[in-house]
Amino acid sequence: MKRMAIVGNHALSYGALLSRVQVIAAYPITPQTQVVELLSEMCADGTLKAEFVKVESEHSAMAAVMGASASGARAFTATSSQGLALMHEVLHWVTGARLPVVMGNINRAFGPPWSIWTEQTDSLSQRDTGWMQIYAQDNQEVLDSVILAYKVSEQVLLPTMVVLDAFFLSHTSEPVEIPDQEKVDEFLPPYENKYILNPDDPHAFGGLTNPEWYMELRYKIHKAHEQSLDLIEKEGKEFEKMFGRYYGLVDPYKVDDAEIILVAISTAASTARYAVDLLREKGKKVGLLRIRVFRPFPYQKVKDILSNAKKVIVLDRNLSPGAGGIVASEVRGALANVKNHPPVFSYIMGLGGRDITTKHIMELFEEVEKMDEGKDIIWKGVKL
Amino acid sequence: MRKLTIPREEYMTPGHLACQGCGGALAMRLALKALGKKTILTIPACCWSVIDGPFPYSAAGVPLFHAPFETAASTSAGVSAAMKILGKEDVHVVAWAGDGGTFDIGMQAISGAAERGDNILYIVYDNEAYMNTGIQRSSATPYKAWTTTTPYKFPKARPKKDIIGILAAHKVPYVATATVAYAEDFVKKVKKAAQIKGFRLIQVLSPCPPGWKTPPEITIKLARLAVQTGVFPLYEVENGEKYKINIKPKKLKPVIEYLKLQGRFRHLTQADVEEIQAMVNRNWKLLLAKEEFSRQIENL
Repeated sequence: MKRMAIVGNHALSYGALLSRVQVIAAYPITPQTQVVELLSEMCADGTLKAEFVKVESEHSAMAAVMGASASGARAFTATSSQGLALMHEVLHWVTGARLPVVMGNINRAFGPPWSIWTEQTDSLSQRDTGWMQIYAQDNQEVLDSVILAYKVSEQVLLPTMVVLDAFFLSHTSEPVEIPDQEKVDEFLPPYENKYILNPDDPHAFGGLTNPEWYMELRYKIHKAHEQSLDLIEKEGKEFEKMFGRYYGLVDPYKVDDAEIILVAISTAASTARYAVDLLREKGKKVGLLRIRVFRPFPYQKVKDILSNAKKVIVLDRNLSPGAGGIVASEVRGALANVKNHPPVFSYIMGLGGRDITTKHIMELFEEVEKMDEGKDIIWKGVKL
Repeated sequence: MRKLTIPREEYMTPGHLACQGCGGALAMRLALKALGKKTILTIPACCWSVIDGPFPYSAAGVPLFHAPFETAASTSAGVSAAMKILGKEDVHVVAWAGDGGTFDIGMQAISGAAERGDNILYIVYDNEAYMNTGIQRSSATPYKAWTTTTPYKFPKARPKKDIIGILAAHKVPYVATATVAYAEDFVKKVKKAAQIKGFRLIQVLSPCPPGWKTPPEITIKLARLAVQTGVFPLYEVENGEKYKINIKPKKLKPVIEYLKLQGRFRHLTQADVEEIQAMVNRNWKLLLAKEEFSRQIENL
């Protein structure tokens, strides 16, 4: 094990390296480029024994990793924003084909107008593609999540997206422990899938399926997601035994006696953790629930943790125009069947990479303290 | 007696769902005979998405991955990369697509794979329109042809896209045309292409009775006439510059012999036929000139 200061993008590259990916296909987009630049070098100098297909688009990138995974190779790609949107069709296809592809996505706002800064709308708008989604809060988690993603994906035959904030993680150096290859090999065995393209056992995959059977195949995809809920926690514990770091579905902080709990994902959650500490020093009973895994959505965990709070704040750095915060809609959905559930205050902030500071988050708690009825949408900091 | 050059082995099974007289089904049967068992097919949306049979059946007899419309080349690129890293390079990685998935929506991915030199054999069974969706024009539809989106009063206004020229411009090691009427030629080309590394493409003209408005029993006759009239010459291009015409009729038959058999051309006027004849004559001369030119530059 060694410790290095690396940017989040390189944490993805090291995650792929240590997972011994065999086929990479990628297309450049800011702010993802460093991921594949480093992987290109690793492939070129033989550090990583993989085929790198330098495709002409993200659509082809996803198609190529799909073909590779269907052929029995461990496959990786990374993209961002417009690139992810271009992949959309194939994202659905990879899930339907039940292929354990893992990709990194650097959250970046959609154009127009052009923006290269962070916002989660790109990945959250892929929520119905059937990909598992992990939102990391620091570079160590980025690296570890790639390894964990393959471990879980290859057991349930579902793809996983490891998601990180543009610049706040992608281009920010943090100290990261690089696990030893032997230990990763012990944790993550080689990819084995009996449902592959094999001339010795020929099958057709994905042929026309009539209404008599289509629904059953979709049911199985959903069941695999449900199975992952337990598996993610189980593998998180196995990972902790070997590497000393635990990752679960959610990451609660000072929630046990909290009257107001703020829900957030990604780096905004790290900022919120500090805000919670500062408010606790003032005697405020506040807590934080970071949702780490957005798909499968951990409904039970979210219900269990939030139902005892008096008020729930959801911080969304994303927007579904005409509806509101995407995380908030899931949280409200989770609480809908809880009797006397707490009111939910849905905040939209930080779009297009606008800063979300400790001060802003402390203000959220202070504002909500004074409100009784939940709010479907509150715009924080928008210049009107 | 002539020696039989088409392998006896059958890989494609009966029970497929092609229409009677389908050139595309016959093309697959012949291609698999040439390629053998160690083949992986990627098939995007096209007639073959249906022909192969519904889940859980398959008529191909070799592993087959159904892929999104525009991804025959890119999905195959991934299959090919996997075969390399897994040490299974004896497997033929084949993209099998229709003309819509190739000339139109798949063009970008094909250009990418061709330029990279991905180790893929791409076979386009060209039936000259979107037949699976009900006969809509593609950029492979010939000049003046009827389709449901180019009705009789407004038939296709532009000639067929030159896919071979486009691929030749990518300097890929091998591109060729073929058709189901010249089965020995097609099988020979598939076998030749299978032995070459890099990106290879074969365009196999595959008559479509419902789309061309022709009786199913004249599929082979039509495919032969396409060659004999010069409408669809059989030739190959190596490394983007060495042209070779494989079937060279002493005298081309008049195009009317090919056109008059097809309902999709029944609205043509005498002037239309003459215009098409002139285009075919010119294209044939150009092809002869390219062949001659590639001889001249051989020792450049």
